[in-house]
Amino acid sequence: MAHAGVRYSDASESALMQWASGGDSAAFGELVRRNMRRGYHAALGLVGSHDDAMDLSQDAFARALNHAGRMDPDRPFYPWFYQILRRLCFNFLRDRANRRRLLDEAGGWIRHDPIVGAAPENPELRLQREDARRIIVRAMTGLPEVQREVLVLREFEGLKYGEIAELLDIPAGTVMSRLYAARRGLADALEEHD
Amino acid sequence: MTDKGNEPGLERQAELMMRALDEELTAEERAELENRLAEQPELRAEWQRLSRAREVTMGMKLRNPPEEVWDGYWTSVYSRLERGVGWLLVSIGAIIVGSWAVWEWITALLQDTETPVAVRYSMIALFVGLVILLVSVARHRLSVSKSDPYKDIQR
Repeated sequence: MAHAGVRYSDASESALMQWASGGDSAAFGELVRRNMRRGYHAALGLVGSHDDAMDLSQDAFARALNHAGRMDPDRPFYPWFYQILRRLCFNFLRDRANRRRLLDEAGGWIRHDPIVGAAPENPELRLQREDARRIIVRAMTGLPEVQREVLVLREFEGLKYGEIAELLDIPAGTVMSRLYAARRGLADALEEHD
Repeated sequence: MTDKGNEPGLERQAELMMRALDEELTAEERAELENRLAEQPELRAEWQRLSRAREVTMGMKLRNPPEEVWDGYWTSVYSRLERGVGWLLVSIGAIIVGSWAVWEWITALLQDTETPVAVRYSMIALFVGLVILLVSVARHRLSVSKSDPYKDIQR
């Protein structure tokens, strides 16, 4: 598949955005392929369920394609797309039935990687650690959306404060204050359990 | 730190602690944090609480879906868009055809000289009343479903 002799897979993001905004849906398809994993994981971090994350991320791409004419090829695609995705995820979380279901299912979206090279833990310590993780995951599900969002971008996507600020279009100080509030929430949950 | 509205000193402490947990501190800032921790026992306790929470979250990763999921991803996005356009056209068509049918029915009824006037106007009143009731009930149910605190309770 090519546009004016340039294969979509070889084209720059800016060129793909230019073609997509002119109605080339195959160019938009290439943008989707390049960003689908990141979009899905962002949604998964926000809503905490595979099926919902798949549904919401695909819905966000469909909406983005619907408004492809508004894309600015001089700016990166993902931050523009992320604004659509986060709005959809927040609306989804504002539905109390969804929220309650996610609280009940909390934890299915997380995996725990053992630390490479670490000595094997004794069973009691491992149980305590698993218990702490379960509490943290549940507490994350109950955090206010904007706090959870910053926490997910920092912890799971590994973005720096500056990158989060740019993506969300907020000052870096606000990123840190949301992160602080989120981590306090998690610390409170651990303390309550103790 | 706009979200919290704390005093500047507390904001600075929170900022230093966050950046320390995420390893974004300069040597100078690290020294500043260590000084504060040495001087303030409450801050030290808070630091320990936050460090513990951070330690737990560090080993967590988002679960990856099976690879096959990505093969049909774009097709599924495109299908959604097609379905969206389909529903939009069906809705527009239904509204236009429905409105035309109602208009035709009302004009035919008004011109029907064989049916008594009172019956004709009663039928129109019945129809308009039913439409008003349907819209009102639908609107009420929609607003209740958004604000009902008991809607999640299972019977």
